[in-house]
Amino acid sequence: MSEIVVSVKNLKKSFKDFKALKDVSFSVYKNDVFGFLGPNGAGKSTSLRCMLSLIDSDDGQIEIFGKSLRKNRFDVLSNIGSIIEKPDFYKYLSAFKNLEIMARISGRQVSKSEIEDIIHFVGLKGREYSKFKTYSHGMKQRLGIAQALMHNPDLIILDEPTTGLDPQGIVDIRELILKLSKEQGKTVILSSHQLSEIEMIANRMVIINKGKSIIEGDVNELLNSSQMMVKFSCEEPERFCDVMSKEFSNISEFNVTASEIEFEINREEISEINAFMVNQKIKISGIEHKRKLEDYFIKMIQNED
Amino acid sequence: MLLKNTYNELIKILAKPRSYIGFIALTVLIGVILLAMKADGESFISFVTASFEQTLSFNGLILNGNLIAFIILQMLIIHVPLLVALVTGDLVSGEAAMGTLRMMGTKPISRNSFLLSKFLAGAIYTFFLTVWLAFLSLIIGQYMFGTGDLIVLNSDGLVIIPENDIMWRYGLAFCLAYLSLLSIATMSICFSVFSDNSIGPIVSTMAVIILFTIIGSLDVSTFDYIQPFLITTHMASWRSLFEIPVPYDAITDSIIILLIHIIGFTLLALWRFNKKDINT
Repeated sequence: MSEIVVSVKNLKKSFKDFKALKDVSFSVYKNDVFGFLGPNGAGKSTSLRCMLSLIDSDDGQIEIFGKSLRKNRFDVLSNIGSIIEKPDFYKYLSAFKNLEIMARISGRQVSKSEIEDIIHFVGLKGREYSKFKTYSHGMKQRLGIAQALMHNPDLIILDEPTTGLDPQGIVDIRELILKLSKEQGKTVILSSHQLSEIEMIANRMVIINKGKSIIEGDVNELLNSSQMMVKFSCEEPERFCDVMSKEFSNISEFNVTASEIEFEINREEISEINAFMVNQKIKISGIEHKRKLEDYFIKMIQNED
Repeated sequence: MLLKNTYNELIKILAKPRSYIGFIALTVLIGVILLAMKADGESFISFVTASFEQTLSFNGLILNGNLIAFIILQMLIIHVPLLVALVTGDLVSGEAAMGTLRMMGTKPISRNSFLLSKFLAGAIYTFFLTVWLAFLSLIIGQYMFGTGDLIVLNSDGLVIIPENDIMWRYGLAFCLAYLSLLSIATMSICFSVFSDNSIGPIVSTMAVIILFTIIGSLDVSTFDYIQPFLITTHMASWRSLFEIPVPYDAITDSIIILLIHIIGFTLLALWRFNKKDINT
């Protein structure tokens, strides 16, 4: 197992009578692209804010790079780049001036040429001297990413980084995150509502609901350990169901439409069922499974409820 | 980090259009007063000196730059704090409202340094506003009206200060005025820490100044105990420098009270800011 970069244990936080975090624990390893999932109000942003010392937790431990955040705030934050919620900058200043201001207190020496490079890197070249208030939503997101990366941190925390981006922008950010992780060895914590995005790029994840971490682990292992919803298309759906009931007695619930049958099975059973139906002369014209993480996520949340 | 962020804060203040409102307002207000005095100042002076004409004879240049500066300082010392609060009251809450406090809060700068840099930047802004007030009222006043002895009417009667005994008094008077404005600036920054919207602290500061001024001017025995401790009471202490002899004890008391306010508001703001959850 590689080095632990972030260790959060039993994090608790209340706002007056409301318990925003009841017990959040998770670990992020070096080079992870770590998915941070949860429904609205689950406590994702509060957890991230605690990790960045924007809010003080009531109880629990946060260690980043093996150091206590509370005792080593300067060292720890010098090595983190982040966007929390949406990137907000001084609207009356240009993008370049905004980055200069952030760079000055980033804890590391950032030269003007490095700022120019990062502006070029996020695709804002030519607009760096325009005032922030003239920027589109997508440009603001790109500038947010620029300020998160410009001091070359080892840990990057991105809270909904693709919100408001066009499809090309989403692809660019996705590729950027993978590049940061694979080529530059960065560790990325990615909070997103885009489950497909997490599924595509995260190797590990945690799901948070009602202020508690429900499950944490390797994305592929977690998804393969559970059943998935699979849809078979065929000409004789009723016969398909009869055969299934007799031969696969563990599957009892089917959603049947005119030419489709939908049910939950383990991943390895798909080919077995397909082969069996072919033997039974039932023509299968299509097999598709729903987005796995979406199902898994909903299932975990419903179990908790 | 403190100095680096103070530089950041000055850049932000310089870039904000509202930072220039104070300078523009002072220029317009003092400009109007200077032009009005130029046009009709003699009748204004004769109205004041009329009651003394049976016992005193006034000769020489009474309406001079020194008197003009005194009149302007007296007229504006209650209003300039509002111009200061317009900028300083927005320093923290404006960032909270804009969302930039969240961005800055994730940077490796201690909350003490972050807030103290705002106090320093606010103090520098207030200093330049005071210098501008001094320049317009005294330097431009002397340029337009010339110099001469200063005749001041206070509660004890007329005080005549010779021309060669005036400038040091103005030097100290503007230092005292600066200290008064600084106490207002720290108060508004302190209010700013408690708020997440930019208007609240500015309005609160104005409300406190108005309330304290009213309490200070009311001749009610109930207020006798608190009047000596109000900021507004000591904002007029610069006038004492134009008395003969100068009541240094009273001026020292005023300086101490103003410094206590400045330190108190700063400590309160630091305590609150260190406990503040940045949720905006």
